[in-house]
Amino acid sequence: MAGRHLAGEDATGAATGSTGDLTRMSAAALAEALAAGTLTSVEVTQAHLDRIDAVEGSLHAFLHVAHDEALATARDVDARRAAGEPLHALAGVPIAVKDVVVTKGMPTTAGSRILEGWVPPYDATLVERLRAAGMPILGKTNMDEFAMGSSTEHSAYGNTHNPWDLDRIPGGSGGGSAAAVGGFEAPLAIGTDTGGSIRQPAAVTGTVGVKPTYGGVSRYGLIALASSLDQAGPVTRTVLDSALLHEVIGGHDRRDSTSLPEPVGPLVESALRGRTGDLTGVRVGVVTELNGEGYQPGVRARFDESLDVLRGAGAEIVEVSCPHFEYALAAYYLILPSEASSNLAKFDGMRFGLRVEPTDGPVTAERVMAATRGQGFGDEVKRRIILGTYALSAGYYDAYYGSAQKVRTLVQRDFTAAFERADVLVSPTAPTTAFRLGEKLDDPMAMYLNDVATIPANLAGVPGMSLPNGLSDDGLPVGFQILAPARADERLYRVGAALEALLEAQWGGPLLDRAPELPTSAAAATTTAAEGSVR
Amino acid sequence: MSTINRDEVARLAGLARIDLTQDELTRLAGELDVIVESVARVSEIATPDVPATSHPLPLTNVYRDDVPEEPLPVADALAGAPSAEGGRFAVPQILEED
Repeated sequence: MAGRHLAGEDATGAATGSTGDLTRMSAAALAEALAAGTLTSVEVTQAHLDRIDAVEGSLHAFLHVAHDEALATARDVDARRAAGEPLHALAGVPIAVKDVVVTKGMPTTAGSRILEGWVPPYDATLVERLRAAGMPILGKTNMDEFAMGSSTEHSAYGNTHNPWDLDRIPGGSGGGSAAAVGGFEAPLAIGTDTGGSIRQPAAVTGTVGVKPTYGGVSRYGLIALASSLDQAGPVTRTVLDSALLHEVIGGHDRRDSTSLPEPVGPLVESALRGRTGDLTGVRVGVVTELNGEGYQPGVRARFDESLDVLRGAGAEIVEVSCPHFEYALAAYYLILPSEASSNLAKFDGMRFGLRVEPTDGPVTAERVMAATRGQGFGDEVKRRIILGTYALSAGYYDAYYGSAQKVRTLVQRDFTAAFERADVLVSPTAPTTAFRLGEKLDDPMAMYLNDVATIPANLAGVPGMSLPNGLSDDGLPVGFQILAPARADERLYRVGAALEALLEAQWGGPLLDRAPELPTSAAAATTTAAEGSVR
Repeated sequence: MSTINRDEVARLAGLARIDLTQDELTRLAGELDVIVESVARVSEIATPDVPATSHPLPLTNVYRDDVPEEPLPVADALAGAPSAEGGRFAVPQILEED
């Protein structure tokens, strides 16, 4: 892989920054410069740490910044490269990791008070792979508590702001990873996607996010939300960068019994092929149920224009119907809380994290658990645990959880039928652009509706990508979703890279070039520079 | 279908071991009622002839070789514990006294 020509003088400019600012460069371009010896990892990592110090006061994308560890890794990689050691293609390229992924020796909170100050004693498999590839970890990114939310407003540690408009949400639950990448604090980040938590933040921040096929990336070391839905994946600014990162973290892991027993497909090759802009013979299915009513006019307009671009690239556009998708949201909000209520039982104040003793009466384990969970969990987490407990309780199980599992079958059948007629399916990623902070906080159902187009993929385990396809009438980014059959992730990269290349040729550069400059502050530097601080 | 009132929320919170304040009980009862009413529509299409799916992948009986390996050191496992004693987790009283 190290010898592959990745960025170069590509006519579309899809992968290269042109400002000379290291934080504007794609991971592919950074990797080439590092391999060629024109940049060192210390220079690249320091540039991103400086950017974090400058704009964190505006964005608050990070819960923990690991200045010293990141630079130590960078120095090590530079020394190994100088010694002529063969290195991974992304060696020396820094990355941010969502705080739901455990990192040995680095605080991990999942955005919850119940894990405040907890330092994991082991690494998630995907983190092990990042470290083995020699990628400096810049820090841990903000998120909705235990990944429950679509706006990052449910973090116990404060909001993250959208780099396009600081008064708006960066999406969720992985708003921190998306804002860090969109705000040029990190060239790459890791997200997790249970119902859209990689793709929806990508859509509203003008970045690229990929949810791999379920089982494609190990879940070992992910703090589980809903085990049958969770999947980690790349958050980047280009399709090619996602492919590069996906190849690092993907592949079988014997510590995850749901891990696919096979290597990842030819993802980078597919992205490079896609960048030629030729999609002759590719059948693109437009899902009738994921468009139209309820979608913002600007979102629909950009979607229709993107279909024209794909048509122009030689793709055949077909209409497909997935009649059970309209029930997917309801099924999801039964399956997810049910699994979450079980997964979050481990936060009981006994073995790690917060322990709260009741203020009166006997101090028994049971009463400590209830006091700890009452104080340690936020509103949304309580809401979903209680909902899950209800859906699983005697007398309601068949009507709720049992029925939701049947809907899951019907959604899978819809996908199977649709993929007989199309190689990939497409839709807008989210029904609207980024909404204002606070706008939907008091209306849980309105918040849940954000995930209407992303949830079906999680229920069926199929892979999905969101990439930016323009600005809506409000000047905010819109996301285009591509879905592929399980174990055919490479199709996302081919179609995504083609669309990206053709759109950027129209725009004259990446969409993020049009994002406003973020206010920088020296004050921000002093707060985030404190190593080990969880803000 | 059924509605969720304050008493029901209190019962569920007990099952889930979460202390809720009076305000939380009232608020959650209202919110959960709306959510449950909305998600209950799954029963419209969940007919008896449709099999349930619990998992997206057809993987069954996944085993790995039974090879001894170094476990997490005890000190590391206990490092994040609220309380530890003699190489074990120290927890509050579990059983009622007679």
